[in-house]
Amino acid sequence: MQLFAKIPDIDFMSRRRIAMFLSCVLIFFSLGSVGTRGLNLGVDFTGGMLLEVGYSGAANLTDVRNALADAGYDIALVQNFGSANDVLIRLPPSGEEEAAVVRDRVLDTLREYDSSVLLRRIEFVGPQVGEELTEQGGLAMLFALILIFAYVMLRFNRKFAAGTITALVHDVIVVIGVFSFFGLNFDLSVLAALLATIGYSLNDTIVVFDRIRENFRVIRRGTAESIVNTSINQMLARTLITSFTTLLVLSALYIWGGQAVNGFAEALIVGVIVGTYSSIYVACTVALALKVSPADLLPPKRQEIDDMP
Amino acid sequence: MNRYPLWKNLLVLGVVVFGTILALPNIFGDDPALQVSREDGQAVPEFTLSAIRSVLEEENIGYIAADFEENAVLVRFDNVPMQLQASGVLREALDFHIVALTLAPRTPAWLRVMGLKPMSLGLDLRGGVHFLYQVDLETATQRYLGTYVADLNTQFREERLRARATPEQTFITVQVQREEDREAVAEIIGALNNTTGINNPLGQADSVIIDETIVEGQPSYEIRLSESQIRARQDFAIQQNTTTLRNRVNELGVAEPIVQRQGVNRIVVQLPGVQDPAQAERILGATATLEIRLVDWENDAFEAQRRNRPPLNSILREQRDGTPVLLRREIVVSGDQLVDATSGYSQGQPMVSIRLDAQGGQRMLEATQANLRRPMAVVYIEEKPELVERGGEQILRTVREETVINVATIQGVFSSNFQITGLSPFEAQDLAPLLRAGALAAPIVKVEERTIGPSLGQDNIEMGRNAVMIGFLLVVAFMLVYYRIFGLAANLALFANLILIVALLSLLQASLTLPGIAGIVLTVGMAVDANVLIFERIREELANGNSPQASIRAGYEKAFSTIADANVTTFIAALVLFMFGTGPIKGFAITLSLGILTSMFTAIIGTRAIINLIYGSRQVERLAIGGGTP
Repeated sequence: MQLFAKIPDIDFMSRRRIAMFLSCVLIFFSLGSVGTRGLNLGVDFTGGMLLEVGYSGAANLTDVRNALADAGYDIALVQNFGSANDVLIRLPPSGEEEAAVVRDRVLDTLREYDSSVLLRRIEFVGPQVGEELTEQGGLAMLFALILIFAYVMLRFNRKFAAGTITALVHDVIVVIGVFSFFGLNFDLSVLAALLATIGYSLNDTIVVFDRIRENFRVIRRGTAESIVNTSINQMLARTLITSFTTLLVLSALYIWGGQAVNGFAEALIVGVIVGTYSSIYVACTVALALKVSPADLLPPKRQEIDDMP
Repeated sequence: MNRYPLWKNLLVLGVVVFGTILALPNIFGDDPALQVSREDGQAVPEFTLSAIRSVLEEENIGYIAADFEENAVLVRFDNVPMQLQASGVLREALDFHIVALTLAPRTPAWLRVMGLKPMSLGLDLRGGVHFLYQVDLETATQRYLGTYVADLNTQFREERLRARATPEQTFITVQVQREEDREAVAEIIGALNNTTGINNPLGQADSVIIDETIVEGQPSYEIRLSESQIRARQDFAIQQNTTTLRNRVNELGVAEPIVQRQGVNRIVVQLPGVQDPAQAERILGATATLEIRLVDWENDAFEAQRRNRPPLNSILREQRDGTPVLLRREIVVSGDQLVDATSGYSQGQPMVSIRLDAQGGQRMLEATQANLRRPMAVVYIEEKPELVERGGEQILRTVREETVINVATIQGVFSSNFQITGLSPFEAQDLAPLLRAGALAAPIVKVEERTIGPSLGQDNIEMGRNAVMIGFLLVVAFMLVYYRIFGLAANLALFANLILIVALLSLLQASLTLPGIAGIVLTVGMAVDANVLIFERIREELANGNSPQASIRAGYEKAFSTIADANVTTFIAALVLFMFGTGPIKGFAITLSLGILTSMFTAIIGTRAIINLIYGSRQVERLAIGGGTP
């Protein structure tokens, strides 16, 4: 089996203006959505409490809500989670009451309503910890980008590094935008997925850049644009196959991995798709816009790698 | 010709065999079990093991095995109900022992001899409770500073100096009321920095900083702790709290608990298998402690209450019925000197019997000798967290609630052993274990809790396993169809990769979490990337008219730097995740980075070894790499 009978000859770069426009629109909408709709942040970031309980039969959400309201928790968000038997209750950070007191009272209320209730999960995050996690998340993202920029600059050059980072920032913004637009729950595991997206998209970009660098040395004739085009085409089969296998396992994770990793799988599925697109269009377009050329690359350094397989 | 030297083939084989052995302990499953250990951490003696066996046989509870494991005894059962029944019976029968529910891996003896263990599962997979506590260091240092106040005032009085020390938020003010006493006061204060002074238990030269000021027109001094002293006090407080929490955890009877300092001022507590967070927290988060003080019988408590100002060196407290009591400022015995507390009845009255350590006993002795027939009070102290506004920011502060639970006349001289009466039976029962679990040097506040019920943990394991298996099979099927023989090689490598990840996780004993499983799934998807790169390159080389053998060689060689670059950058992302992430995120970062490392080995060296074995030593016309290649 073969994806392409011979190496395809698609003129990707001539359409880069359209792609740029598309990317700008995507980023505009993503930022707009985050600005207007915000993100549906999980308790990891907002602080507060989350309880997941299981009933032996289908739970009547309205009754649960009323029972909680009677106990003084009318601010509780009550919804099904996974199945009709499972109920997720979310409470915003409470100022005065101690977390343990809230938890015990909520559980007592639920038990009173139906004694068969089974505690499946509690997550309580203090407001301080929530703030820290948000800060750490942002820092992690920034730190990863800086390190990656440094590495790509070392192995390639400034222009490639700029292309890489632009693509990564693009991916992160679009994934966050999708989460904001659809109101998907953004928790700690989604943040991890976001960083994994960076890793994945990066992988894709580096592979294409690597071929461009190689072709700059091998193909003496032709414009930078045409060489970039050739390189993308040469790597197209690989790009699509790897994206496909990764999407295969992510779908398995999404379908069979359970609710707890749903957010993670969703973020990465979006991330892989956007990352594949961006490594072709965003990274290469930026590198071209910065007038990347064979002259930029120093005469090929012999790499001493012993034990080549 | 493409042939690996013998050592390289042996290396691949060796790594895979070694990895398989390391990963082997994971396939045997667990037995529900009880871990019996001694409260003092000593090894369980031989006769206890026989006692356990005979108790279980008497009660007709069948068990698979009961043997020593390190310092404890491990009793295995067929099912959970039997385990639970036995735990009740053994707890009843064994004094001074901790009986904890646990899961014992069924690792065969020959693997255990080599020190091999299965992966340790994170709380989200095995169920349990995770608490993160923040230690209120400000209060800890404040309280420490407060201990200087009584000492200073006593010295001023003894020297007949007109000066008064009063505690403020972060410092002590000493007001000199008579100008000619100023030098003498300065000397006493200066002595706080003497390394030999009793007021300086840590023996540090500059433990306090003294500033001169003027308060209400009088020359005054402000005494605050030096930076190094504050740090020393805080370190001490965290350490003491960690120890105390560890003791409390032992009271709970949990197998493999984790109590650890995290960052500057936090302590993380993980209790695998605990299903009721409320019960755990009642013991853990309880911040109850006792103080014993002499009653100030020379002054009128009602008078002090009316004026809302206790006399110098006394504090005003209330009994439970609201009656005011004046207590001497110095503490005779504090909670951390308490060794044991048991509840019981004395002449029909509920009581708590207390035992103190040597230092506490000595102080008790001195106090009772000097104050025979005078009243003494037992103060019960509870810490409660409270949110306050300070400078527009919400700050967690701890409020200390002190109640005098008992005032009694000292009837005789005693030291280390005595009883507290005047409690309700329920209170006596509750108080004893709280006191026994020790006092906290500084108040703690829970800032994070994650509880996973056992059923959810089990669900998570099953779903994780399914996701890995299905994802793996999908990729394997695709690779086989798309790359034929080469796909087969990649699949074998992928399988070896999974084994190696499990082997490394077992070796490192890093907890496998649900995000960790997600990391493995992702690795499965991305690990084949190296092979896709190589195989596509080989196809290209073939399409360019190169010979099969040359194409194989060129494919592997040319793809190498690309693979290395791509993996290093992904590794950077994983590393950052590891550095910044906590708990679940760390689990993901670990499996992802391990997966990258192992996949580099299996996908490049591993597949090459297989391909070389198949094609390497013969003349090949065609390569079964799929597609329309010649």
